Amino acid sequence: MITHDLVILGSGPAGMAAAMTAAQHGLSPIVIDEQPAPGGQVYRAIETTPVNDRRVLGQDYWSGETLAKGLHHQNIDYQPNTSVWQLTRQRDIGLLHHEAASMIRARRVILATGAMERPFPIPGWTLPGVMTAGSAQILLKSSGVVPNAPAVMAGSGPLLFLLAAQYLRAGVPIAALLDTTPRGRYRKALPYLPAAVRNIPTLTKGLGLLQELRRAGVRHIKYVSALRAEGDNQLERIRWQTDGQDTWESLETSTLLLHQGVVPNTQITRALHCEHDWNEQQLAWHPRLDEWLMTDVEGIAVAGDGGGIVGAQAAAIQGQLAGLGAAIALGKVKSDEGNRQAAQLRQKLARETSIRPFLDVMYQPALQWRLPSDDTLVCRCEEVTAGEIRRIARMGCRGPNQTKSFSRCGMGPCQGRMCGLTVSELLADANQQSVEATGYYRLRPPFKPITLGQLARAAEDNQ
Amino acid sequence: MFKRLPLSDTTCNRDVTITFDDLTVTAREGETVAAALLAAGMRNCRTTPVSESPRAPYCMMGVCFECLMEVDGVPNVQACQMLVREGMQVRSQQGARRLVHDHA
Repeated sequence: MITHDLVILGSGPAGMAAAMTAAQHGLSPIVIDEQPAPGGQVYRAIETTPVNDRRVLGQDYWSGETLAKGLHHQNIDYQPNTSVWQLTRQRDIGLLHHEAASMIRARRVILATGAMERPFPIPGWTLPGVMTAGSAQILLKSSGVVPNAPAVMAGSGPLLFLLAAQYLRAGVPIAALLDTTPRGRYRKALPYLPAAVRNIPTLTKGLGLLQELRRAGVRHIKYVSALRAEGDNQLERIRWQTDGQDTWESLETSTLLLHQGVVPNTQITRALHCEHDWNEQQLAWHPRLDEWLMTDVEGIAVAGDGGGIVGAQAAAIQGQLAGLGAAIALGKVKSDEGNRQAAQLRQKLARETSIRPFLDVMYQPALQWRLPSDDTLVCRCEEVTAGEIRRIARMGCRGPNQTKSFSRCGMGPCQGRMCGLTVSELLADANQQSVEATGYYRLRPPFKPITLGQLARAAEDNQ
Repeated sequence: MFKRLPLSDTTCNRDVTITFDDLTVTAREGETVAAALLAAGMRNCRTTPVSESPRAPYCMMGVCFECLMEVDGVPNVQACQMLVREGMQVRSQQGARRLVHDHA
């Protein structure tokens, strides 16, 4: 097995910045990415998007061009279309590229595997026609594909408002924006505003987006407190209630785009048995990291949203910090010079993330979206409802790993990615214990599907 | 249901022809199977092994595994992660996969 100095998993803002910094310090990092082109999800298809009019995707999107250009540095070995099916605590990495599996080893690993959208379980969310706002944005960025009839967008958080604005700029009509941000949220977030003022550009952009939607006259329904997707084999209509109203309103639509913020994708750090903490403000798990973004597993760092949601700009700074840390550890930068540079990066990072507590509180998903009604499917793969989880909790199920033996919940192809957070919170609630004490699924490789034949061939190559 | 933005708004990549069950679909080079099929009006890509209820791509970023399809005879391929290739044969999946699949 070949040993490399530095392997970076993911080519979003954190991965690209980490690679660039490492290369500038004389390292030759390998960057592995599942996607066909650099950018991660936020800068998805940045070099290939068919959407010509730069106004549509907006300035923030195009700011990713510089990072993507950096990835073409001669010392960076960028390997797209490559999925990672294993990473061990000894830093052996299992790769799969065009159906050929292989193994490499790394002295240092930077995980830049980013975020995913928080599962947003509502009745009917498995119906064809219901997708995430993030998926709709990926269709727009990578293929110029948009809903062919006015879509309904529902949920909360900056990405939902950004997608709505991008649709408007592209001339794509929106049937309604169902805003689930609870009443009184602005007041609750207000104490965090003075700190957020340190990051004026992001604050201004956010307000600009809301203004853009208002000016365009989008039907913006506030304080949505219940939501159902309905139809026979595909989405036909949605029904909703607003806070304080007993009546249900409804709207015919063939496309519903859901969003309830983003959460760290902890699939790999979980499988590594890294220590994780429950973040009460972000209502999500993140691996425990030190000031160099190192996990408690030797030689493995996490940069970007995978270590806790920070946003694209801060993710890039974290990438620089992790890249610098690798350069010091591998003897390319003297530690006092490295410490000096790191101090500057940490200052920039603090300024950039100063807006986080405000956004985290403002768009924190209300309880009913995290603890859905009994008839809501929680595990999409094995089709287990919230009612079933509550029932097995009454039978004595205390933690997510037990739900597997009770119900197969979390045992389908997505390996708990789409139900894990909900299951932890449902069990915590039903058992009257903390989410921290309830814990999360124990995860194991392979992280991505691999056939026995592919696996056998990778093993042969290693001998 | 989806459509492509008008051509004047987008740079057009070379066309690639693939099949989806018995339909011929024109896709664009560089896009994923899931994107191409959604743009072509696909509603469902499979039915579930548990209740045989219809499903369609959901996350488009490789985490939800809803877009599992059969591509050139290989079952359970994530269609949102697989790029289209000229002549590619894509099939929807009905219910659970069999361990030994027919090569008929």
